[in-house]
Amino acid sequence: MADKNKEFDRRHFLRDGLWGGCLAALGMVAGSAARKHRQTEMVWQIDPYTCVACGNCATYCVLEESAVKCVQVFEICGYCDFCPGYFEPGANVLEPGAENELCPTGAIKRAFVEEPYYEYTIDESLCIGCAKCVKGCAAFGNGSLFLQVRHDRCLNCNECSIAVACPSGAYRRVPADQPYLLKKVNHA
Amino acid sequence: MIRSDRVIISIALFLISCGVAWGVERFPPPDFESGYEMPSPTAPHARQNIYEYIDVAVLLAALTVSSYLILKKRSRRALFVLMVFSLLYFGFWRKGCVCPIGATQNIVLSVFDSEYVVPVTVAAFFLLPLVFTLFFGRSFCAAVCPLGAVQDLVLSHPVSIPGWAESGLRLLAYVYLGAAVLFAATGSAFIICRYDPFVSIFRLTGSLNILILGACLLLIGVFIGRPYCRFLCPYGVILRHLSRLSKWRVTITPDECIQCRLCEEACPFGAIKKPTTKWPQKEYHVAKKRLVFLILLLPVLIFLGGWFGSGIKAVTSRAHETVRLAERIYLEEAGEVEETTDASAAFRATGKEISELYDEASHIRSQFGLGGWIFGGFVGLVIGLKLIGLSVWRRRQDYEADRASCLACGRCFAYCPREHVRLKKAKEANGKR
Repeated sequence: MADKNKEFDRRHFLRDGLWGGCLAALGMVAGSAARKHRQTEMVWQIDPYTCVACGNCATYCVLEESAVKCVQVFEICGYCDFCPGYFEPGANVLEPGAENELCPTGAIKRAFVEEPYYEYTIDESLCIGCAKCVKGCAAFGNGSLFLQVRHDRCLNCNECSIAVACPSGAYRRVPADQPYLLKKVNHA
Repeated sequence: MIRSDRVIISIALFLISCGVAWGVERFPPPDFESGYEMPSPTAPHARQNIYEYIDVAVLLAALTVSSYLILKKRSRRALFVLMVFSLLYFGFWRKGCVCPIGATQNIVLSVFDSEYVVPVTVAAFFLLPLVFTLFFGRSFCAAVCPLGAVQDLVLSHPVSIPGWAESGLRLLAYVYLGAAVLFAATGSAFIICRYDPFVSIFRLTGSLNILILGACLLLIGVFIGRPYCRFLCPYGVILRHLSRLSKWRVTITPDECIQCRLCEEACPFGAIKKPTTKWPQKEYHVAKKRLVFLILLLPVLIFLGGWFGSGIKAVTSRAHETVRLAERIYLEEAGEVEETTDASAAFRATGKEISELYDEASHIRSQFGLGGWIFGGFVGLVIGLKLIGLSVWRRRQDYEADRASCLACGRCFAYCPREHVRLKKAKEANGKR
């Protein structure tokens, strides 16, 4: 009987030891997480200089309407009359209209400023992030149109589905207090 | 029309150079004379992350309530209500992200990548269920996990599966956990999130393959209770082993087992262990020999697993985009493929040295070699220990819920006649008051 008790005690001792060990390990994980913890979260963003405007952003987002939208940095924009991000390459007349515009949803608004300049603004409620305008602007214009993850829409998934599908590795996590990677002005 | 001329010239130049030069400003900034002011680009703020702190609070509250329900109240009905709440809140309202299962990868990544910082809410999501499990058993699985809840709700025609199939399929979860740790540690992918079968059901959108996977698991789940939890969940592996050590746990009977056998078929997850018979004397020596053999086999299995795991590093390392890119560039350089991909074109546009890319890729591949040894060794160890565990005789006198496998769903309570006595007594005591 005494032997049995002894064995019982040993088992209890082992189990309690393991239990304490596990709790300590969890504490260590919590401690190291707290030590490295910054006040800011990490959120997903597109590096506009690495983005190849493949169009995956429009379709791979878990949201029905992608969290990625086009952004216009006006300081870089050339305010071209024949905007290569706005008009089809073979547009007959430089007039708004589905037959002349690149944007499939008509999300870019063209407004006359003064001769010969036109202002182009993105209507974000219409933009689907297909990057057609981005491609045109980068190839023939100043590259002032580019894609960014819009954080009012982004769910900040643990693994971003678009990042998985991104062919050029343009997606990365950035601190949430500076959640945008806007292009820098680089006037010649 | 001067500007259109410029455009035509630049198109011609473009066709000659035949490459996309990103970030080139071709046109000077205009000088406006009309007093036009440039708008600044819009940059909407991230949504308040107060929600994430509310999530942690809800998780804590749900775990507390769940633990109370399985240990004190012993009420399947109340657990069911909590389960539906968790499914609606963590699943359909918060879209199933972030969840403790996936948070495992964030923790692993932060250990191996000094740049990456785990948000404190994600760390809390990972740790809270584990701490609760150490004290109260798997109360997280019982009624808090939305993935468990959605499977529990569809389970209407439970069939029991044989023990060997249960044990064998369970090994999948260990492999899944090992692979998830390997890919997260090398910074390649979060496979738990990528192949989460139910998140697209919570979001009501997602890729077709994952939707089909989720639908199949739910269909299987009608007959085989909670297939993801039992056979695949990588977080469940950690919970299993912590649950073995828990301070308190679910018991079928509120006080004593009267060996009535009524609960025998109650558990749809095969977690009720029957009392064992006496060890047959005749087989004792055979069993002893087998045990010695299996213990000696253990290091062999670990080595074989590690050898295999590191041997397939050429395949596993392809999960990392740098390795994929380097392989593509190598093929292009060797002239084995003609055209470039989006990725290789983007790489060439950066002007980085190709040898630098190769160095990076081979470094990552060697990481996969070492990681493969650990991953494979781990799988070998698990298989070996499983075999040893199966050949060790354990004495059990009563019908018990298996500490590791019990998901604390509370189905067995109502089967126990002692429970009915307890409820009756409680009712009488209430009536007297």
